[in-house]
Amino acid sequence: MTPAMQLTPDDINAILLSMKVALTATILALPFGFAAAWLIVYKAFRGKVLLEVLVNLPLTLPPVVIGYLLLLLLGRNGFIGKTLQDVGIPVIFTWKAAVIASATVGFPLLVRSIRLGMESIEPGLIDASRSLGAPWHDTLFSVVLPLSSRGILAGSSLMFARSIGEFGATIIVAGNIPGITQTIPLAIYDYASSPSSTAMALSLCIVAIMISVTVLLLHDAVAGKIEKGRVR
Amino acid sequence: MKLSIDIEKKFSGFSLQFATTVEGPRTGIFGPSGSGKSTLVSILSGLQQPQRGEITIDGECLFSSCRNINLAPEKRRISIVFQQSMLFPHMSVRSNILYGYRRCRSAERRIHPDALIELLKLQPLLERDTLTLSGGERQRVALARAVLANPRLLLMDEPLSALDDTLRFQIIPYLKSVSTEFGIPYLFISHSLVEMQLMADRAIVMENGRIREETTPDRLARKKMGASRYGYQNLMRFSGAEACNGMYACRWGGNTIFVSEDPGGGESLFELSSREIILFRKNPEAISARNLLQCTVTEIFLSDGRIGVELTAGGETLVAEIVPRASEELALTTGSAIFAAIKASSFRRLS
Repeated sequence: MTPAMQLTPDDINAILLSMKVALTATILALPFGFAAAWLIVYKAFRGKVLLEVLVNLPLTLPPVVIGYLLLLLLGRNGFIGKTLQDVGIPVIFTWKAAVIASATVGFPLLVRSIRLGMESIEPGLIDASRSLGAPWHDTLFSVVLPLSSRGILAGSSLMFARSIGEFGATIIVAGNIPGITQTIPLAIYDYASSPSSTAMALSLCIVAIMISVTVLLLHDAVAGKIEKGRVR
Repeated sequence: MKLSIDIEKKFSGFSLQFATTVEGPRTGIFGPSGSGKSTLVSILSGLQQPQRGEITIDGECLFSSCRNINLAPEKRRISIVFQQSMLFPHMSVRSNILYGYRRCRSAERRIHPDALIELLKLQPLLERDTLTLSGGERQRVALARAVLANPRLLLMDEPLSALDDTLRFQIIPYLKSVSTEFGIPYLFISHSLVEMQLMADRAIVMENGRIREETTPDRLARKKMGASRYGYQNLMRFSGAEACNGMYACRWGGNTIFVSEDPGGGESLFELSSREIILFRKNPEAISARNLLQCTVTEIFLSDGRIGVELTAGGETLVAEIVPRASEELALTTGSAIFAAIKASSFRRLS
């Protein structure tokens, strides 16, 4: 094994693509995750159990199953895929498909964390806000959102990390096209099938570890800032 | 302010039925925990909905089940001072105080923050983090926040229950002065009779989700005297205290009262149990008790097998408690002249 890390241009692309996919998936999922958590925690409505099951399903379902279902939905003959194809946005086997796969798989983790954050908010604070003249949307942004920021941060970090590692669903809907849809796990998978590429696979593994550690450190740093930000 | 309430709310195993009209600036709602007081607060403020009924304030309908009206909490202009202050932990004291004010229409802003900050002595706290405040400071901030929302009614939901005795009686003058100074009527909810006596002119007594009676806090205290563990608490405001022979001589109306506990400067509030007063038909001349007041009996009442004797001395009123046999032996009637002996150590300082 060579001492230096060996990264080919395709590997660099895979790393950049992984970051892009994970970041886009997290940012896209955030408002939906927040809305879903809010509905589950604060609203009483018919079909709430169904929503909860639906949100949590990707957590227990094999990613390959999710990928296959997404393929049916987003494929050329799929309900959404056809519409998008008609307006000139191909999804399947592009990086956008990888984003959708990651967002779907990571969504339950995001919602769970935000939900925990919201559930830890003293209900009296919401009552106080409402009785002080704040309509519900004002209360949502001035009290619920800031007080669940730790949950939002934890959820985003988890989701980002999960997206970096997404494999099963991605390989089905986005394929494994170097430079286009090949993310770090897919690249490692390619290397792992040929015995001569151990060093290359290991290099990518080290990159993956570095990204994960960075996410954890960033999470702790921002969480500390939030905690400090309260002392004003 | 005129608040008409006629509502009904059922839960599993509990139902609240509340119908009355509240007028006047200081009304108390008294009852043990579980009597439905907090549910009533939630319903009045719009945080919970009753199944049936109507709530109107100064002619404006807040809730009506038959007319299908349910004004949102933010539109009711009813502020709450909670038992656990409920300050927003992610905001400074200043942002907390101004939370309601900023959301209040400028036409409805009658109270200016500076005036209130001064009245409640909040200036040194403004930039503090709410988590570093003491219990009493928290309640003062919560009060300021509620009042600055410029409500037409203030609901004080057991605002003193989480505080210790010393703090409780320090906060009461603030609660009262804010209401008087800015003309905001309040409903004061509590399970403490002494708090009722100090805060309310009228008391609505609740039990098991129903109104049991409407009375004055003093009438209520007299009624509960015999059955209470501590008797009737005479609340006495002393002034002009001076140290004298290891005690303190204070002015109470036209009387001088000796107390053991230091009353501090200015006006102080003491409580004296009706059971700590000994009555004499004639002047006992030499006794160890340091206070001997010459009084006139102005009322005699029965309370759970005990006799309450209302006494007047030097323009002030006091309630003593005796057993019926003692009353017979003293041949008490309204108008009788009598001597009341009270030990200096029997007075307990509240504030």
